[in-house]
Amino acid sequence: MPSYLAGRIGQALLVLWAAFTLSFILLQALPGDALLIKYQNPDMGLSPEQIAEIRASYGADQSLVLQYLHTLGNFLTGNLGYSVSASVPVLDQLATNLPATARLAGLGFAAAVLLAVGIAVLANLARFAWLRTAIASLPSLFISVPVFWLGIVLIQVFSFRLKLIPVINPPEWQGLILPVLTLAIPISAPLAQVLLRSMDDVLTQPFISVARARGASLPWILWHHVARNALLPTLTIAGILFGELIGGAVVTETVFGRSGLGQLTQQAVDNQDASVLQAIVVLAAAVFVVVNLIIDLIYPLVDPRLKKSLGANA
Amino acid sequence: MSIIAPPLPTLGGIGAATATPVLELENLSVSYRDHRHHYSRAVHDVSLSIGAGEVLALVGESGSGKSTTAQAVIGLLAGNGRVDGGAIRLQGTDIAGWSQKRLESVRGSRIGLIPQDPTSSLNPVKTIGAQVGEALRLHGRFSRKERLEHIFELLARVGLSQPALRARQYPHELSGGMRQRALIAAAIALRPQLIIADEATSALDVTVQKRILDLIDELRREEGTAVLFVTHDLGVAADRSDRLVVLQGGRIQEAGRTSEVLANPRSSYTRALLADAPSLALAANGPWRSPVQSATVHPAGAAPAEAGIVVRDLVQEFRTGPRNAPVFKALDSVSFDVPAGTTHALVGESGSGKTTTVRALVGFHKATSGSISIAGTDVGSLAGEELRQFRRTVQLVHQNPFTSLDPRQSIRQIIEEPLLNFGTSDRAGRAARIEGLLERVRLPHAVLARSPRELSGGQRQRVAIARALALDPKVLVLDEAVSALDVTVQAQILALLEELQRELALTYVFISHDLAVVAQIADTVSVMSAGRVVESGTVKDVFLSPRHEYTRELIAAIPGQRGAVGVPKAERPPATHATARISPAIPTTAKAGRR
Amino acid sequence: MSASTTTLDSPPPVVESGGRDVRPLLSRLQPGLLIAWLVVAVVLLWTVLPGWFTQYSGTAGMAREKLLPPGGVHLLGTDELGRDLLARIIHGSAQSVTGAFVAVAVGLLLGTLLGLLAGSLGGRVDAVLMRGVDVLLSIPGLLLSLSIIIILGFGTVNAAIAVGVGSVAGFARLSRSEVMRVRRSDYVEAAFGSGGTFSKVLWRHVLPNSAGPVLALAALQFGTAIMAISTLGFLGYGAPPPTPEWGLLIAEGRKYIATSWWLTTFPGAVVVVVVLAANRISRSIRKGSS
Repeated sequence: MPSYLAGRIGQALLVLWAAFTLSFILLQALPGDALLIKYQNPDMGLSPEQIAEIRASYGADQSLVLQYLHTLGNFLTGNLGYSVSASVPVLDQLATNLPATARLAGLGFAAAVLLAVGIAVLANLARFAWLRTAIASLPSLFISVPVFWLGIVLIQVFSFRLKLIPVINPPEWQGLILPVLTLAIPISAPLAQVLLRSMDDVLTQPFISVARARGASLPWILWHHVARNALLPTLTIAGILFGELIGGAVVTETVFGRSGLGQLTQQAVDNQDASVLQAIVVLAAAVFVVVNLIIDLIYPLVDPRLKKSLGANA
Repeated sequence: MSIIAPPLPTLGGIGAATATPVLELENLSVSYRDHRHHYSRAVHDVSLSIGAGEVLALVGESGSGKSTTAQAVIGLLAGNGRVDGGAIRLQGTDIAGWSQKRLESVRGSRIGLIPQDPTSSLNPVKTIGAQVGEALRLHGRFSRKERLEHIFELLARVGLSQPALRARQYPHELSGGMRQRALIAAAIALRPQLIIADEATSALDVTVQKRILDLIDELRREEGTAVLFVTHDLGVAADRSDRLVVLQGGRIQEAGRTSEVLANPRSSYTRALLADAPSLALAANGPWRSPVQSATVHPAGAAPAEAGIVVRDLVQEFRTGPRNAPVFKALDSVSFDVPAGTTHALVGESGSGKTTTVRALVGFHKATSGSISIAGTDVGSLAGEELRQFRRTVQLVHQNPFTSLDPRQSIRQIIEEPLLNFGTSDRAGRAARIEGLLERVRLPHAVLARSPRELSGGQRQRVAIARALALDPKVLVLDEAVSALDVTVQAQILALLEELQRELALTYVFISHDLAVVAQIADTVSVMSAGRVVESGTVKDVFLSPRHEYTRELIAAIPGQRGAVGVPKAERPPATHATARISPAIPTTAKAGRR
Repeated sequence: MSASTTTLDSPPPVVESGGRDVRPLLSRLQPGLLIAWLVVAVVLLWTVLPGWFTQYSGTAGMAREKLLPPGGVHLLGTDELGRDLLARIIHGSAQSVTGAFVAVAVGLLLGTLLGLLAGSLGGRVDAVLMRGVDVLLSIPGLLLSLSIIIILGFGTVNAAIAVGVGSVAGFARLSRSEVMRVRRSDYVEAAFGSGGTFSKVLWRHVLPNSAGPVLALAALQFGTAIMAISTLGFLGYGAPPPTPEWGLLIAEGRKYIATSWWLTTFPGAVVVVVVLAANRISRSIRKGSS
């Protein structure tokens, strides 16, 4: 088991390193030079020599390999570079913006899970076939709605029509309701779909009819037999959805004008501020890798059959 | 077993025929709705009754309605099924119209179910103990501690050693036979008056099947439980039932005392079934192949006939883990000879190495060491184009005709493919060849345009055989090629194979777990166990005077030997005698718990 | 070791003579699927022949008719420059549809190629390629797209390529697992057994049998790409104004959200309907292939 854990962590680190390298190649090695954009601006009136000097101070005059090693070393020691456009360390920017985004994403994910489980359970327990079909088709509607439009529609309905939530400076918790919903609804859709499908799969397994032959009722079956079996595929998809969650948070923040990583990302793209975007990409990849690592380690707790294969690997 | 709930007062004396039957079906009819919302009837007016301590076998082929009938009794028809009419009386009370909620109080407490496949019938993420004790929890009235005691006792009762350990284990940690014992323990937890055994042993190896059947017999005898035994295997039904009901197309073809039905079948369908059931035929006298065919047989080790198969010291090792882990020997110096034009059978239970041998034989997998020579070619040394050319000599027919045909191809494309691969003839030549092959396997011309899913299992297996014959091979390897088929279809395919062998001088290697089928088709046989050949020789010698203990056990486990047709015998002995031999798997600890 | 030597528990149901489904194609189409295909057909026609559907220009407006609510001459109303919203949506379909095609083509070609190579060659190639796919998967799709847009610059085609690259991992994983599933099947073994070469078996059996789910994903991805491209357009990384692009329409309409609800509602509704249609078609392809 310990050697399995070590191997799995090593694999995660390898993916993270590769993600760093890929983002470096995409963002730093290829064109689009934020320094030139900023300092070549005629308004600044800098001479080519001065620009070259500034570039040297950023390390931009070194060979790519050196830059790469330099940046990698910096990342490893927690120095995420310097934002050219905002003239502050990227780490500071992340530190200011991360909490808001983390709160939004966390609440959004929790709401998505609640929504998905609600849909799946209701669809299985509904008394009428038409109601079951209606509930079960909600996810395919949810999945077809663009996040940004959903946010606008929610603002339109709840703020302008029903006037339930003030548009300008709402109280903190009220201001979170619509963004969390905006984020949660599209994320809940694939989650609910996988949950529904795996519940269907489990319900057709022979051991379900055997349990019914012992006198088990449908709610008993769902709770005692289906839940745990359907959890595994849902966990897998939940891990993959974490990427969507971060993307969704970026868009949601833009729509609702909330400060956070989303606005930071948008500014970085607008100013072609590569080091900021790279830091965000690596951070997102790190979160994704860690979440999926944790999910991998949870698997054997959910399904005892996996414990055995772990033992065999160790 | 004294702590288990006391017997209900309604329970009649053991074997008492006069008391109210435990289960009585009267004109039961069931239909299923198709995707166009039309109902079509699957069970027509079935009536039967089972008394306490009695075993009634419901026998039929696939689609006969036997499982539907059993499901209707416990009210667990598939979602699109419904009971159209008739009564289902459980100790006199008609439960046919009961709501699910009311039925839930009966299921598990008064009716127990022993399901078909022990692997998929246990929840993989719950412990054995939790599943055995589920009925106790569902029907209440036990404390946690009492329940735990019950579970241990039940596990011991069904012959599982170390019940406390077993209760904590998960299904994947137990063997198939142990799982089925656990399922039986779960079914009898509340001492139901009726046990429904739905193909309860069909997925098990024959020796395990015998032990499980003995256990069910014993429990019935001691508890006076009525058993509804649903099976496709006439041999099992003949051995284990007091009365027999033969179903076909949802209708009762024949019903009566088992011994009478077997000795004197009235319907032609029952007669056909009896004639086609290999196990009964074997017990009747042995369907040994005519001496003409057997005459060419050389005992293993003698000079092999030319163009036959010679397998010497085949060893297959598999790694069980990383580099230094011990190796697992799937095959351990396997040797056998097959003279040209004869049939050699490889017989064994799951894990015996049959399939590994097959894969080496047809060149899909290279053995770790040893040699295989077919028609003078050393199979192990072939690779690339040589191996491809060698396919013309040896062809394989897979076990499952539902997966061995590409669902996207037409039958014509399937049979044509080998001809295309070797470019043997032009379009017209191929068309003529396909027609010829179709005729050989007795399929109508009309199937050519169809897709596999439009054909029955037997028809599909004929297509697979036609494809195998397309290249004029010398050797056909038949890997459980008839195991997935109903007995009547199985008999037809076996007859076809014999005919093809006569006409085309084919050499067969016939892999099977079913000794009765082997006895019918093979000249020589190798009995395999745990990767070794434990015994080989002519079929007649091996079957009539087995030398190895394992072979003897295998042969003794073949069902249908007690109720064989044509063998004059007394009435089936009373339950106590029939099951006097207690399964060897039941340890003494189990007996301690009995009254 | 052989796990499959036991009998099939109960023989599979026997289909007697196998009745062929002779009902005409139309009656087999469910109404929902029919509507889905209609939606897609109409949107494709908008792209090719916008003039058939509207007399108004997609870019020029009449100042006198600005911010008119839906109804009358302007079915869906007008925007702040007096441009007909319906006309802008119809003309805007060209951006979304071509973008979606580009995105799906990029994802399908690159992803399926990777998946096919990994699935059919196996071994070390498989391991390396799939670790690469893991890396792609670990970067959130939107951030990956934005990184690519930074290099390629703004614009619909660039946004489409960026979206396409984001879907490579999904296509690669699916096509690999499909290829592996088909390769393990008995009928592929039988095809090798009857003398088929690697390429023949790949062409005759593996590709046709693994294509269904991949095509279903392509249809699904068509909808997803339309959504993703409109998202990038909304953020301002797609076509520059005054090009009528669906996401951009919503971004521009957002300024008038308090007064002119139609400017955001209708373009978004069109996106939802098209995506729903693509998903429905995807589902029918997946069902048909299993």
